[in-house]
Amino acid sequence: MARHHYSGSALIEVLHAAQELYGFLSRDLLKTIAQKLSLPPSRVLGVTTFYHLFRIEPRRAHCAVVCLGTACYAAGGGELMNAANRVAADGRWTIEAGRCVGSCGLAPVTICDGRALSRVTPEELGKQMRVSANS
Amino acid sequence: MTAETVRAAQQAEQERQSRLEDRILCCTVAGCLSCGAKQVWATIEEQIEAQGRRGKTEVCGTGCMGLCSEGPLVRSSAADAIFTRVTAADAAALVAKDHGRFEERTLRADHPFLAGQKRLILRNSGYADPERFHDYIARDGYQALLRAVLEMTPQEIVAEIKKSRLRGRGGAGYPTGLKWELVARQPSETKYVVCNADEGDPGAFMNRSVLEGDPHRVLEGMAIAGRAVGARQGYIYARGESPLAIARLRSALDQAQREGLLGGAMFNTNFHFRIDIRVGAGAYVCGEETALLASIEGKRGQPVPRPPYPPERGLWGQPTLINNVETFANIPAIVEEGGNWFASIGAAASPGTKVFALAGRVKRAGLVEVPIGTSLRTILYDLGGGVPAGYEFKAAQTGGPAGGCIPTQHLDVPMDYDSLTGIGTMMGSGGLIVMDTSSCMVDLARFFMEFCMDESCGKCIPCRAGTVQMHDILARMTRGEGVESDFAMLEQLSGLLKETSLCGLGLAAPNPVISTLRHFRSEYEAHVRERRCPAGHCQISEAAEAHA
Repeated sequence: MARHHYSGSALIEVLHAAQELYGFLSRDLLKTIAQKLSLPPSRVLGVTTFYHLFRIEPRRAHCAVVCLGTACYAAGGGELMNAANRVAADGRWTIEAGRCVGSCGLAPVTICDGRALSRVTPEELGKQMRVSANS
Repeated sequence: MTAETVRAAQQAEQERQSRLEDRILCCTVAGCLSCGAKQVWATIEEQIEAQGRRGKTEVCGTGCMGLCSEGPLVRSSAADAIFTRVTAADAAALVAKDHGRFEERTLRADHPFLAGQKRLILRNSGYADPERFHDYIARDGYQALLRAVLEMTPQEIVAEIKKSRLRGRGGAGYPTGLKWELVARQPSETKYVVCNADEGDPGAFMNRSVLEGDPHRVLEGMAIAGRAVGARQGYIYARGESPLAIARLRSALDQAQREGLLGGAMFNTNFHFRIDIRVGAGAYVCGEETALLASIEGKRGQPVPRPPYPPERGLWGQPTLINNVETFANIPAIVEEGGNWFASIGAAASPGTKVFALAGRVKRAGLVEVPIGTSLRTILYDLGGGVPAGYEFKAAQTGGPAGGCIPTQHLDVPMDYDSLTGIGTMMGSGGLIVMDTSSCMVDLARFFMEFCMDESCGKCIPCRAGTVQMHDILARMTRGEGVESDFAMLEQLSGLLKETSLCGLGLAAPNPVISTLRHFRSEYEAHVRERRCPAGHCQISEAAEAHA
């Protein structure tokens, strides 16, 4: 926050940095940020919940981002989403919908625990997720 | 740096590169990275050491070479060719220059995918390392900025841009020169230059590839704009979802500032220009200019009514020039080669080139740059190699959630702003997704409407409530539960959103529906009247089928 001179206009930058440090933005954390930047807490919460990338809850142990950009959707991204949700029923996964990860030439794509799986089928995704969760 | 030291650095780097026997460039942009480019690079590095070729052969990263579906791609300067689907196992042969082994996987300049392109914006991609400042300098980088600062007045720069007839590459196609003139005319002391790098269309990765592959070009374009309109501060609003582009931009910015090409007292003149990066946090609406400005100010990205337009009252109430990444990337070449040169490329009404992200059901998918006005048929069949065997072309979708589709009968349409608007779609930022007969157009319209519904900021009611209503109708249709009155309702809601929404998101949200209704009405009718999906995509329940 000091880097941005405690300026309210740097709120989004500060939220990015805080999320990187703590993994998610808890209510207490948001309150502290509001105080330090001299902003009303409502403004800080409002901005946090407006943007998709900010999380107010912690992620689970594993994370899969299913790309649902147009190319991936047309190539079966919807089915991948269903497959991922089936595996996630065990409670260990956070499943997110990605808005185009920029690998449209290799559609459909899913990022499974940081690893990009390209031209992936629902069966293969399920297999990879189980491998990832049990390793 | 001064003009002399830039020239000296350029010569030194060119000589250094010419002494190398081979320079191996590995694509290090999203697509190739996700299929193992890093490992290929590391293995080549090891092989250079193992074969004792250090000093003779060099390996480095580079920007997107285009053929993403055949990645990872590697270019060799000695072979003057690109190799496709390179694996770590190929590294030894590559370093030993045993290029004959790759004959089947070699892409030379006369290959239809490359021969049909004209690469201005992507001219360094495949030739220079985006992380090395001197690579950009060696390829005439920052020469245009030097000219703009030392030899041209701001008025002359604006005149040159006007002469080029460059139109904004963000999608709307507003003449760039006019916009610059508007900002330049404002009497205000404080002005801003903003680069809109919030490329949010699903299925579009042109801007991201430009930023990842040639970040200095965008910085140079912005600095020239700063000089032309009288701004001292620039902001790049980058998309939070592309961390690599942000990292490359940051590193390029640091290098340029360290070398004194950006910042204070450039080239020993009184011109100074700073650039800061602002990272978005995943809100599609922030691509809209007033929402983007609100987001830079640290607020929720909600648009405000225009006028006043940003050239009059923008960031913190000051005159602000906003252009898209690709627009800025065009600027250095225009300043260097002149507006007339640029105006002679592509279509007369909209000169220059356009980068398209070609994806979907096409043999060769990736990034292509063609003169504006090239027909869709040429892009799809000559460059893209057509639709794979066993599939049949149905439509190409352009312009993302704000655009529309191009059906078979319009395959010969020249890809320029006005022709595309004429057939009910738009140029957009450059996403081009090919669909075959297994894609359902009703579901596609539903998909885009769901996107707009999610991304609507909620400020104005037509967009907030209208997108939900339209999505409900489309979702019902894809379940086989549509009713006859839905057609009239869809058309009425489309008109309502188009006329009364506050910003571009709501105004354009009905476009995919209008476009698919226009070209594929029979598919909608099959869903509603016969309770079946002609493409065989939608899951229509048995109860709904029985109802038909």
